[in-house]
This record gives sequence, C-alpha cells and structure tokens, in this order.
Amino acid sequence: MTRSPGDSGDRILLAHGAGGSLMHRLIRELLLKYLDSPELAPLDDAAELRIEGDRLAFSTDSFVVKPLFFPGGDIGSLAVSGTVNDLLMKGARPAYLSLGLVLEEGLPIADLARILESIQRTSQAAEVSVVTGDTKVVPRGEADGVFINTAGIGSILPETNVGGSNARPGDAVIVSGGIGEHGIAVMTERNGLKLGGDIASDAAPLNRVVLPILERFGGAVHVLRDPTRGGVAASLNEIADASHVEIALEESAVPVREQVNAVCELLGFDPLYVPCEGRFLAVVDGAVADGVVELLRAELDCPLATRIGEVSPSDAGLVQLHTTSGGRRILDMPAGELLPRIC
Amino acid sequence: MRTLEKLREPGLLRTLTRRLRSLKVSSPVTLMEVCGTHTMAIHRAGLPSVFPPNLHVLSGPGCPVCVTPTEYLDRAMAMAREYGVMLTTFGDMMRVPGSSGNLTFLRGEGYPVEVVYSPLGALDLAREHQEQQVVFLAVGFETTAPTVAATVKYAREQQLRNFSILCAHKLIPPALEVLLADPEINVDGFILPGHVSVILGSEPYRFIAEKHHRACVITGFEPADVAQGILMLVEQLRSGEPRVEIQYRRGVRPEGNARALKFVDELFEPADATWRGFGLIPKSGLVLREAFSEFDAAERFPVEIEPQPEPAGCLCGEVVRGKVAPPECGLFARACTPDTPVGPCMVSSEGACAAFYRYSPQSRTSKGGSDDD
Repeated sequence: MTRSPGDSGDRILLAHGAGGSLMHRLIRELLLKYLDSPELAPLDDAAELRIEGDRLAFSTDSFVVKPLFFPGGDIGSLAVSGTVNDLLMKGARPAYLSLGLVLEEGLPIADLARILESIQRTSQAAEVSVVTGDTKVVPRGEADGVFINTAGIGSILPETNVGGSNARPGDAVIVSGGIGEHGIAVMTERNGLKLGGDIASDAAPLNRVVLPILERFGGAVHVLRDPTRGGVAASLNEIADASHVEIALEESAVPVREQVNAVCELLGFDPLYVPCEGRFLAVVDGAVADGVVELLRAELDCPLATRIGEVSPSDAGLVQLHTTSGGRRILDMPAGELLPRIC
Repeated sequence: MRTLEKLREPGLLRTLTRRLRSLKVSSPVTLMEVCGTHTMAIHRAGLPSVFPPNLHVLSGPGCPVCVTPTEYLDRAMAMAREYGVMLTTFGDMMRVPGSSGNLTFLRGEGYPVEVVYSPLGALDLAREHQEQQVVFLAVGFETTAPTVAATVKYAREQQLRNFSILCAHKLIPPALEVLLADPEINVDGFILPGHVSVILGSEPYRFIAEKHHRACVITGFEPADVAQGILMLVEQLRSGEPRVEIQYRRGVRPEGNARALKFVDELFEPADATWRGFGLIPKSGLVLREAFSEFDAAERFPVEIEPQPEPAGCLCGEVVRGKVAPPECGLFARACTPDTPVGPCMVSSEGACAAFYRYSPQSRTSKGGSDDD
C-alpha cells in the first residue's frame, strides 16, 4: 500500500462521521458530486421545499449511539428530538415523522419496547406523529443492537427565513443553555467512567423553546443551529463560512456546567467541541438579542441562555475566540474523530 | 480545587495578561517550552496575542508523539499484520503517519486497534480477551513512565501472558542537553514542564543554568501559571543570574517524587533512543530491565522494519528543535493540515504545528486572517 503524504486514504474512517472538516469534505467532494440539487446545496439541517405555494422543511437523520441507554435519554428519544430539532432549525413547526428500525438478531424485545415507549413519549412532547415506518433485522454481529433512521416534515412559519448563510454583521449569537452535556453523558456511560456528579444528556425536542421565539421575533432570527456533532465550534464555523462573516465568541460567557468542564479536563476535550442534543444557537439581529435572551430565561425555562458572540464583516469566514485570559485565537473546525457514535 | 478556582479567576488572569502585554523587553527574548501541554495551554488561552513584539516562545521537543520515529509506528503496524495482536494506544497516536498509512487505516482494514485512556485500560482489555495478544504502545516522558511501570507489574502479579508493551519512553533532560549543545539554537530561557518535574524535581535541570547559563522556570499548566512563569523568566534574564526556579509550587518539590522514580528504576533502565528530529541520543530512552523483558512486545513479536526517510519536505525535525516555526515549513497548511497530517507535529493535538494551525489567525494566510489587537 503506497500513499502520498497527507492523503486521508481510500477508505471511510471514523473521522468522516465526526462532524468536522473531513466530513464536510466528504459531503462536498463526493456526495454533492452525485446528488446535487438546489434544495440540498445550502447544506442546512433541513431542506426547504416549495410545494404548491407551501413552504415545507424536510430532514432525515440516522442514530447509532452507543450505549442505547444513557443518563437523560436513549436512542429512541434521540431519534425523535434529533429530527424534530433539525426541522425547527429551519424555522419549521414539526408535524410528521417516519421511523426506520434496523434491529440486530438477539436484541431483547424488552429493550425494543423501552425504546418505542421513549419514542412515543418524546413524540408527544414534540407534538409530532410517527406516520410511516420500516423494520429490518440483520444477523447478530452485523449491527449493534438497534440503529434508527427518522425523517421528518413540517411547515415553515410565515415571516421566517432562517438559514446557515443568513448571519449578518451586527447580529448577536445566543446559546440556549449549558453546552456539552449530551456528549459527556454518553461518553462517561459508555466507558464506565466513575467520575462522581451526575451529568445527564440534554437531549430533548426544542419545539416549546424555538417556536415562541420565531413567533415573537420572526424575521429578526437569521440562523438557528443545534450544535450536535462537532459542538458549538463546528456550528459556528459552518455559519461563519456560509455567511461570509466573522464571529467573535466570548469564552467566559459560554455556559458550561462544572461537571462537564471537569470531565473535559480529565479527558483532554474542549467543551466547545462536545455535542449537545437539546440546545441551540441563534444568530439574531443585535437589536433584539437581549429580548431573545430575556424570553428564553424568563418564560421558556432556559436559565442559562446567554449572548455569547457577535458577528462582524469579513470574507475570511473565521471564528475568533476571545479567551477568558484576555487573549485571542481562532476557534477551528474540529479535526479527527472526537467522539464516535455519540448520536 | 480551591487553588484552581483562584488561578482561573478572570480578574487575576487579566491582570497577568495585562502585565505580559505591557512588558518592556528591550532586546529580543526567545523562550522555549518543552511540553505538549504547555504548547496547548499557551495557544488555547490565546497568549501569543498578548506577548510584546520582542518576546518569542518556541515549542521544543515536548510532545512525545512528535519525537517518536516513523519506525516505531511501522513496527507496531507490522506486529498487528503479522501476528494479529491487538494494539492499544492513547488517542494521539491514531493518526501519526507511518510509512504505510496510520492506525486508523489499520483499523479500517479490520485489525483490532483500541484507544485507551490509561495503560490500565489496556490491561483490562487483555483480561477480557485472554485469547488475544494485547500490545500497549508505551509512548511518553517521565510523567507516564510510573503508570506504565505499575501496569507491567500488575500484569506480572496477575500472570497475564497476553499483555506486553512496545516501549518508546523518553527522558527530557538528555534531549535538552543535545539541544543546548547545538550552536544554531538560540534560546534565552526554558519554560520547564510541570508534570515531568513532579516526578523529576528541579535537580536534573541545574546543568541548564549552571553550565549553559540559560534561565529556567518550572511552570504549571493553567494560563495564569504560564503567564506568571514567563514573567519570572523575563525577570530572571534581567537579573543576569540564571537558575532553576519553581513557579509550579503546588505540584513540584525540588527532590521530585522518590517513590515514583524508584518504581520506574525497578522496571526500566536508560537506553539510547532515536528521536525524530534529533537522531540517536545516548541514554535518553527507557527499556524494560532483563527481569521484565517477557513483557517487551519487540522481543515477543519480532518483525523486520526497513529504516524510512522522513517524508519529503517535512520539517518536523527542525520544528521540535525550535529551528523553524511551523509556518516556515513549505507543507504547513498546504499539504499538511490536521485532517491530512504529513508529520507528527501536525497530528498530535499537542504538536507545535497543530497548535499553530488550529489557534493562530496568522496560520490562515489564504483566508487573510489577522489579529490587530
């Protein structure tokens, strides 16, 4: 086997699924080569479709999390909130879901029932219905318990126009709560790390938080992103790149729970790269930013919601971190495989 | 945790960085850190953006992955291919290029490769898979050697016949000695590694101050520690009296950790070792003593390895000696990025090139980023 230096090889690596720069290259250089369409091109969390005058959002997501059950959630709740949140991030009210199950021979029926019960409960909370589905079984060893795919559809709220390329100079960046809790909960559960202090996943559908913001602030909300794989760092880099702006992030303002910080320090992670499954980033007109934070904190049960960054003009598409120490540095796209099978 | 909370208090941090920013350095001062954790701490905190223009901080041979030669990786991969051993490693080694791919490629081809967070994790795997030979890639400096020694001892106590280590452990002081003997290297003072010194103490560095007249401060890893360490170094240089000072007082005693040193000495002995960028340095590595050689993977699984030249154009060797800064390498940010690393300084998250690429606005010349503060 010979390889030129710097070549990432001729096979798929775990890093291709990590939400970082290798995954983005795979999408741009291979997937889009064969599957280009104007709806796919923006690479937002959901596609915007226009059918007979209606604006619909359509999204799909697959779930391979290991372990299947973790503090604060399981693969079922994740499969519903993941797709529901992707629709919300396009400014849509989620309505219907499909559910595809790939089951491994030997999976206890009781585990499947527990997952389905969780899907039911999360769907009710998200006010969506599962309306079509599919079930496949593969021989033992050819999957790992359960893999789930969900797709969802919803109607985009009138007066809203959110998308990754809509951030403008003068906008502010808001995060809805503490970051990194999902990644750390799954990670510590998977590795049996006994670290004291319970960190539960933040996985949850965001409809009751996002829809009121869209209803009240409508067109002033420019970008919504749930910082899943690659965390806040990947999401902000995607936004800066797609919108051709610079984002300045104030490190000391980013809410991170103490236990998350402690585990990150132990394992050498930066919380800004650790996935959330029940938080979102909003890039909004600077004039309404404090109002959005106030609404989140006072009425929508997001006590840690904070304004964490500002958008300024620049073609560079970079994210600058203003560190707690008073220094400045780049906040880069993640590289490599940070946490495989986290969602 | 109390001390840490104090050190992380934004007010204190900003006072220290303000002092750094306003430091009057009349003639150029070049400092070198020799620890990957320092590389990361400095860049993650964005400290280079507050250094006065005359102050330069270089990264020396402080990242164990970066100074591990290609042959080591080739040997590990050959063991997996020829004997079917399971390789266990710290995550940093996964993407270091050998002469034919890296460990993630090996795993992609179906060979067992597991990332562990401690050598004891590798021992657990050996216990769980008694039919499988498990090899731990022991790469590190004085800091990790005691844990590896403990792991080998447990393996013997538990009579685990399917566990062994491929040892590339290295010692910092001999490398500094070689570095200081090089007339081309122009360093005024050293930010010495806190963790290594918890084990070693301050004594082994005395030759740097006494024989080579360079300033030395053993420094901790919080941004406040590093800022204070640098301020102490500049002060020491001003005084004209080089010595070994300890900034990291909460961790380091002058005599080091005698118990850990004794433990390491019981299992390992110093041996000549090859460092990427330096070549062979006498007595700069650790090998298992004869009494523990049954745990030496190199003996258990002999393989033939061809010596390999460094990848064409890669200046990692010069980077770890502080001779060139990462952007001076022709491959930097072009052929060599964290996704497609050519040399180990770009692979390891603690490598100088990776830190510079990830954190420094100047690294993105194509994007034209600049830091004007």
